[in-house]
Amino acid sequence: MAADTGRAVVDLRDVWKAFDDKPVLQGLSLTLEKGTTLAVMGGSGSGKTVLLRTIDGLIAPDDGEVWLLGTRIDGLREEQLLPVRRRAGYVFQGAALFDSLSVFENVAFPLREHTRLGEGEITDRVHRSLALVGLPDTDDLLPGALSGGMRKRVGIARTLIVEPEVVFFDEPTAGLDPTNSKLVAELINELKKGVCDTSIVVTHDLELADAVADRMAILYQGRFAEVGTPAEIHRSSNRIVRDFLAGELREG
Amino acid sequence: MTHATNAVGRYIRESVAWYGGLGLLTAQVVRNIALPPHYFALVAREIDIIGVRSTAVALTAALFTGMVLALQTAVNMARFGAENYVGPVVALSILRELGPVLTAILVGGKVASGITAELGSMKVTEQIDALRALGVNYVKRLIVPRLLAALLVFPLVTILADFVGLLGGMIVSVFDRDVDPYLYWNTIAYWVVIRDFLTGLLKSIVFGFLVTLIGCYNGLATEGGTEGLGRATTDTVVEVAMAVIISDFFLTKLLIILFW
Repeated sequence: MAADTGRAVVDLRDVWKAFDDKPVLQGLSLTLEKGTTLAVMGGSGSGKTVLLRTIDGLIAPDDGEVWLLGTRIDGLREEQLLPVRRRAGYVFQGAALFDSLSVFENVAFPLREHTRLGEGEITDRVHRSLALVGLPDTDDLLPGALSGGMRKRVGIARTLIVEPEVVFFDEPTAGLDPTNSKLVAELINELKKGVCDTSIVVTHDLELADAVADRMAILYQGRFAEVGTPAEIHRSSNRIVRDFLAGELREG
Repeated sequence: MTHATNAVGRYIRESVAWYGGLGLLTAQVVRNIALPPHYFALVAREIDIIGVRSTAVALTAALFTGMVLALQTAVNMARFGAENYVGPVVALSILRELGPVLTAILVGGKVASGITAELGSMKVTEQIDALRALGVNYVKRLIVPRLLAALLVFPLVTILADFVGLLGGMIVSVFDRDVDPYLYWNTIAYWVVIRDFLTGLLKSIVFGFLVTLIGCYNGLATEGGTEGLGRATTDTVVEVAMAVIISDFFLTKLLIILFW
């Protein structure tokens, strides 16, 4: 396992990925420095989720280098990936809560798996994490009884409880009403000040990106059309970026 | 013509992928089985689930199989004056073949399709990816406990099924054919050796591993939402039955070569 502590939190070099001959990532490179929130935007089907999964090692690239938290993870076996993944958090689009476990047990799950904390400490930390996402007093509910927005926030609480060094958000506002979307944006900004200051937010929601991002990247046809600060992106003369901002970008 | 060629090509590709996937999953299980952490509580839970889910159905089937075997052998062996051998014939059939095979098909179908449904719905709702993203070894947590439980439960249920099958044979012999129950057991004890029982048991361990592996693999390989989940579950039932029936032949041949 190659390790390099001088590297950025996430470092992708010329990454390629195709599914059944359908190219998704085509020579994509990306660097995420500590303390940055990067919003990756693009139309549906542009490969945003595939990119995020590749970064977390959930899918292996066909070609190229993937570095996560100083470790080169492309080509590693599932068992070898686990220690690196434990240091990173992933918030799934559909929250991916364990549907047979209560809200409390969902959030406590990573602690029970990876630590030997006592029951009192676990309860404290779960309640702190649930309070952070604005869901106190939901301990005994099952995921099926929650609204989409609540489920998503429980997912975030479960991700944050182990205090990851970097968090990946997959469409955190998809399917949420404006109020819940705003809550999620506030939550991501809240994190930057405390628990975790480095994250990638994959989204098609420009409002969210404007609210949370230090840097933005527009994904088009398997690579970035442009990467820059929000101001640079909004001023960009790149036709693809202009089309995306105007809501007129079509994939393929 | 090209349509047919494509279909054959796809079938071959899918078959190779399926067998390859089973092999890879086996390798993953073997690699992970000794690694920490050890989920003993999960193994116990799976033993409970598999055992409870399956014992009643396996024993009912065994009882009636024993009875019908006794009925058939008694009537037909009387044709050449060998009615005294009903006990041993029933016993050999059940211990060597029908006990392990029927148990594996019935319990296996029930257990493996349940596993496919459970793992498959975890897969399509990204719960397996959530485990992976949380740094949890999903093979260790989801697959290994089920396989270990199966290695224990299948032979245990088979032993019970063997006994209940012999009992069924006795019931028919005694009440339908007026055979003395002591005669029934004595001829069995005289002709049947421990090896007959043990080879059947060995088979049931192999079957247990095989059907559980198929159930797990089909669950993990589920794609295409709810529809895919339904397809995966029915596929499991058929593939489990086929796997047991086909592997039984080769296993029997192997055991005869090794232990006869």
